[in-house]
Amino acid sequence: MSRIVGIDLGTTNSLVAYVDDRSGLPVVIPDADGRRLLPSVVAFTPDGVLVGDAARRQLARRPTDTVYSVKRLMGRGWDDVKDDLRHLPFRVLPAEGTVKLAVGGREVTPPEVSAIVLRALKERAEAHFGHPIDRAVVTVPAYFNDSQRQATKDAGRIAGLDVVRIVNEPTAASLAYGLHRLGQGTIAVYDLGGGTFDISILRVKDGIFEVLATNGDTHLGGDDFDRVVQLWLLEDIQSRHHAALDRDCVDLARDNEAMQELRLAAEAAKVRLSSEERTTLTLPFEGFTYHRAITRAEVERLIEPLVTRTLGPCRQALADAGLTPADIDQVVLVGGSTRVPLVRRRVQELFGKMPHSQLDPDEVVALGAAVQAQILAGGITDMLLLDVTPLSLGIETLGGIVSVLIARNTTIPTSAREMFTTSVDGQTVVDLHVVQGERELAKDCRSLARFELRGIDPMPAGMPKIEVTFLIDANGILQVQAREQRTGKAASIEVKPTYGLTEADVERMVEESFTYAEADVETRLLIEARNEADTVLTHVERALRQAGALVGDDERRRVDGAVAALRQARAGTDRDVIRERTTDLNHATEPLAERMMDAALKGALGTRRADEVMRSGGAS
Amino acid sequence: MSDYFDTFGLERRLEIDAAALQRRFYELSRQWHPDFHQRATPAEQARALEASARVNAAYRALRDPVVRVEYLIRLEEGRETKEGATVKPKAPPALLAEMFEIQEALEEARAGAVDDVTRTTLVTQREGLRQRLAGTEAALAGPLSVAWDRATPDERPAALGALKEALATRAYLRTVIDDLEAVLGERAEETHVAHRRH
Repeated sequence: MSRIVGIDLGTTNSLVAYVDDRSGLPVVIPDADGRRLLPSVVAFTPDGVLVGDAARRQLARRPTDTVYSVKRLMGRGWDDVKDDLRHLPFRVLPAEGTVKLAVGGREVTPPEVSAIVLRALKERAEAHFGHPIDRAVVTVPAYFNDSQRQATKDAGRIAGLDVVRIVNEPTAASLAYGLHRLGQGTIAVYDLGGGTFDISILRVKDGIFEVLATNGDTHLGGDDFDRVVQLWLLEDIQSRHHAALDRDCVDLARDNEAMQELRLAAEAAKVRLSSEERTTLTLPFEGFTYHRAITRAEVERLIEPLVTRTLGPCRQALADAGLTPADIDQVVLVGGSTRVPLVRRRVQELFGKMPHSQLDPDEVVALGAAVQAQILAGGITDMLLLDVTPLSLGIETLGGIVSVLIARNTTIPTSAREMFTTSVDGQTVVDLHVVQGERELAKDCRSLARFELRGIDPMPAGMPKIEVTFLIDANGILQVQAREQRTGKAASIEVKPTYGLTEADVERMVEESFTYAEADVETRLLIEARNEADTVLTHVERALRQAGALVGDDERRRVDGAVAALRQARAGTDRDVIRERTTDLNHATEPLAERMMDAALKGALGTRRADEVMRSGGAS
Repeated sequence: MSDYFDTFGLERRLEIDAAALQRRFYELSRQWHPDFHQRATPAEQARALEASARVNAAYRALRDPVVRVEYLIRLEEGRETKEGATVKPKAPPALLAEMFEIQEALEEARAGAVDDVTRTTLVTQREGLRQRLAGTEAALAGPLSVAWDRATPDERPAALGALKEALATRAYLRTVIDDLEAVLGERAEETHVAHRRH
């Protein structure tokens, strides 16, 4: 029996973990350089595909070919995501039952992009163990619907991984905490990640983790915090530097590279403000430098409505579990966005108790996935997770009304049987429309699939009795079986999923994924070295244009020489030489950079010198 | 086919020790949950999946005393056991007459703005109905359940009838309370109404 690993396939970062045989504890597998998080970013460059940190460094450089936050597109159709797209720098196109990303001169689906991240984690685990890994437990937000779960499974298959179980992130986190050792209790897991929010209420007793209720929002997370800060910065820059922007006819909002720089700056500022009260931003632009201080209070004002949006689902989950905040014994925080102080305050206010955050909120889900993997492998027998289905499952009946077959928060696996018949004499086919959601009309719910029951013997209307069993398995994924009661024979069902890939699509992608093979290590390092060289060259050229007057003749010659040397090295294939020349150019331009920074600060802050500002302004 | 009481090895009685039921649920879950059958043959896995789904459905039907009564009535009347199917019996005529006044107040409140006097009246009425609902549920879980368990075969139809009437009263009260809450604007946060009324 080969090992099963646990994978947290996150919006922002992904991780792989396993349970160590000797200690019995879950541990994260780092890469060769000791990095534990793999940024969920994939860059499609002319020289090959980059993933993780290497891809992340391409975000501002190749905004249209570098994919991030693809989890928000998983299992979704064009109508679900079209409003989101104006914020994304890469091109997204409508496609049958899914969307496609037009990146690096080709079209890929969200599961294929996720598969590239999964494959990198698979390879990381294989390097660690020294043998192939082909099975994994993968986590998803608890509030993911059937199509989103299916898309995650498809991603695994394309990556060459058999996803033996889909586990909900908040429940995985509770496994990692080993809360059963505390004995008996009721726990609220508040999970705010990069792109999704979940709340789960669990009862833990005798090693059984029984989920009582879950709720959430699959479109709410740290990404949204970054976006409001980014847009606020954009406005501020436009009002402060409109003269320079107008003169050069620059529309920052339409400049993908500038917007990515702003997004990354917003994210970095948000992260710093989780531990500091104020921070400063310095962003060089064509023709001017933007410099300002930001306080935690300012950012909190911006994100307050988003944080408040998480409280409704919390109250609903409590109500569904038949509990009040006072009934909750422990509150556990999961997801990087729970580092934001405002989030902690609101959670503490709602539940009236101090939340747990001993485990790294970025790692706890992967650790829990590893525990679940070990349970499935037979290595842990005293713990059992009883999860629920987050959304009600129903069928469309006359007048478009939904008849609920399985209510939300039902423990899974679960099944429901329903009898169907014909309405016309001689009818041989019956159509069923299965939906997921809490609204009364089918059109307001999420369409899952249309089923055609075929091969019914021609009989008078109402005579055939077809029993259909709807089963939601332990992954939260629907399976449907039909049987004609009179004959006892299984009726044939044709499933037309409303969203998602067909079996043939997935087969093809498994084949094609080999041609998408990641650039090999040597090529990757070369690409990185060239990219870094390009970045430095661009900055230097911009600086010379902007501040050429500050450069003396000697200095100019040194810089020009270093530029020429780097260009020559870049044309070759020796990455060490490229790196050396890049460093040389950086050295040659250091005095210029300092003078420019000084000038920018003077411009921004009157006549004080830069070193004074650094001392008194508390810059990080 | 065996019923959910059989699944838990119980007689068909409404009085159930909640703690014992939960213990048994955990035992059966450990026995059948697919997590513990990963290395079994596909046929055994399918059997475990089905058994596990049945244990979950049985626990859902039996753990709550009122839901348990609804399940018992379906069993006694030999109806299909549809999980999640709504039971909507007719409200007792006496109750309808009694609620006439409240319904009128509701109509008025829906037609125009709710002033302070009307609001106070509606809040008082809602409080009264909530208490009455709690009383009905307590009767269902307590004396009415006990009565059914103790009834001789001859007395059973009457005991069952009493349970059905209490369920109908409960359903009606819940509908009126929902309506009152909606008029009073107390339901703003909840957008999901589909399952409030089963």
